Amino acid sequence: MPIVVLAVLAALVALLPAAVPWLRFVFIITIASGFAALGVAVLLRAGLISIGHALFYAVGAYAVAFLMRATGTTDLFLLLAAAVVVSGLAGLVVGAFMVRYRAIFFAMLNLAVSMVVFSLLSKLYGLTGGSDGMRVATPTLVGSALDREAFNAVFLYVVIGLFVAAGILVQLYFRSPMGEALAAVETNEVRLEYLGVSVRGVLLSAYVLSAMLAGLGGAIAGIAIGHVVPEMAYWTESGHFVLVAVLGGIAGPAGPFIGAIFLEVLRTLASGFAAETWNLVVGVALLLVIFFLPEGLYGIGAKLFRRRGAQ
Amino acid sequence: MTPPILKVENLRIAFGGVAAADGVELEIAAGEFMAIIGPNGAGKTTFLNLCTGYVKPATGSVLFEGRDITGLSPRAITRRGIARAFQIPQLFAGHSLLENVMLALAARHGIRQVLAPLDREAYRVEGRALLELVGLETAAGQPVSELPEGMRKLADIALALALKPRLLLMDEPTSGVSAQEKYALMGTLMQVLKTEGITALFVEHDMEIVRTYAGRVLVWDSGKVLASGAPEAVLADERVIRSVVGAV
Ligand SMILES: Nc1ncnc2c1ncn2[C@@H]1O[C@H](COP(=O)(O)OP(=O)(O)OP(=O)(O)O)[C@@H](O)[C@H]1O
Ligand SMILES: [Mg+2]
Repeated sequence: MPIVVLAVLAALVALLPAAVPWLRFVFIITIASGFAALGVAVLLRAGLISIGHALFYAVGAYAVAFLMRATGTTDLFLLLAAAVVVSGLAGLVVGAFMVRYRAIFFAMLNLAVSMVVFSLLSKLYGLTGGSDGMRVATPTLVGSALDREAFNAVFLYVVIGLFVAAGILVQLYFRSPMGEALAAVETNEVRLEYLGVSVRGVLLSAYVLSAMLAGLGGAIAGIAIGHVVPEMAYWTESGHFVLVAVLGGIAGPAGPFIGAIFLEVLRTLASGFAAETWNLVVGVALLLVIFFLPEGLYGIGAKLFRRRGAQ
Repeated sequence: MTPPILKVENLRIAFGGVAAADGVELEIAAGEFMAIIGPNGAGKTTFLNLCTGYVKPATGSVLFEGRDITGLSPRAITRRGIARAFQIPQLFAGHSLLENVMLALAARHGIRQVLAPLDREAYRVEGRALLELVGLETAAGQPVSELPEGMRKLADIALALALKPRLLLMDEPTSGVSAQEKYALMGTLMQVLKTEGITALFVEHDMEIVRTYAGRVLVWDSGKVLASGAPEAVLADERVIRSVVGAV
């Protein structure tokens, strides 16, 4: 059954944009947030909710813009690789601090740091172009320069390929010793340490991975839009990723993509009423997730169990 | 003469004025199977917490195989070869019993793998063997959160054994285990410890178990070692009877 759903989905993704060209852009952007959501989902595995991953989304996007401006690099794959490396490094620095915190503190500190970066991107006009953002030219594909239309046609399939690869790698990681240890962080940190496993090490590697995924998403979005702006780091963007990840967690491997489409539709509908409606929807949904979801997904017993500590 | 596997000097810690360890001095020789007994709140669990770095002593030191491990983290101490089973079992509630044991095996063999699966032939075989040892092989696939307390205690011991420690600390291993199964469990445990060359220390409330299995008994009261020696002698001591046996 899931195989049929996946096959239908894959066929739709592959054929629809060919028939309806403007859908290409929508699909690319949707997959871009799917990447960030996949990053958030990695941390959800440990029961941690980051409401700040738009930070790495923006880091990936700005990394592309800076690299283009500073070095004139235009090669698509080089730009994407650079964005992954830079956001991974950002994840290492921010993560080293974040892995000390849990639950609401983790969620809020991620939010806080991302909003600091949002302000910096907005205020450092000379460096980042402030709220005007930075332009991103259409990259070249293995040496050949294409026009926007032709580039997007190829870019979509590159992005789909990357997303499928990332999805498979994340699934492999989840089943590996490090991935299972990540899930074990949620249920019993004391036992992990008493097995000789560094809980912070497990969390930090997950955090770096999640930052790289979010950064890749941001790079893809920046390239597709041709423009990066500070709003990419804004909290509603982070909230969006959390909601996509949560919906995705329910829907299985193709979840982040399905979740992303669902929310994209919701966002379009909401903004039809008033711009503020969307923020309200994200805000309320986030609160619900934070208060109910971790228990809902992983069991209240697991939480209580961990709190008993070493007796 | 080999140094004692564990040596504790002048260990002190108090919680809100209550001394849980009050100048404890202790030596355990390699190969010993030692029981710790004492009334509730005597400081037995605290002693295990001190030895494994969960609680830092106010004064004193802990030496493992002649090397100072005072102040190290539980993780660092575990890596040096001390494993622990808890009074309240510490398991991974989201995982099955076999997965719990496989995680412990991975911790010993190298957790830093991100693409190879945890669930692999080698770990399954070794994990099942460990579960068989503690009599849990039929529950391998069950989520540990659904197991009764007695089985969870055994699972907790299996996790500690999976690390192949040189020193094993167990906090009331037979509590929650049915009266008939207690002896079978202790029997197999003794066997494993002997063949693997593991020194062990266990907190116990059941005096019959202590009498039957312990090579030496340590009596704990108000953070102090009240008596220490062979079970027959110690358990016949007037003071010990008043403090422990009478209280249980
Ligand atoms: N982390 C802690 N914080 C505060 N007090 C503690 C802590 N750990 C232990 N204590 C106190 O230290 C004393 C010794 O406790 P401990 O758990 O070591 O006793 P025990 O001998 O293991 O008892 P039991 O047989 O009930 O398990 C008790 O008074 C307990 O309340
Ligand atoms: Mg105790």
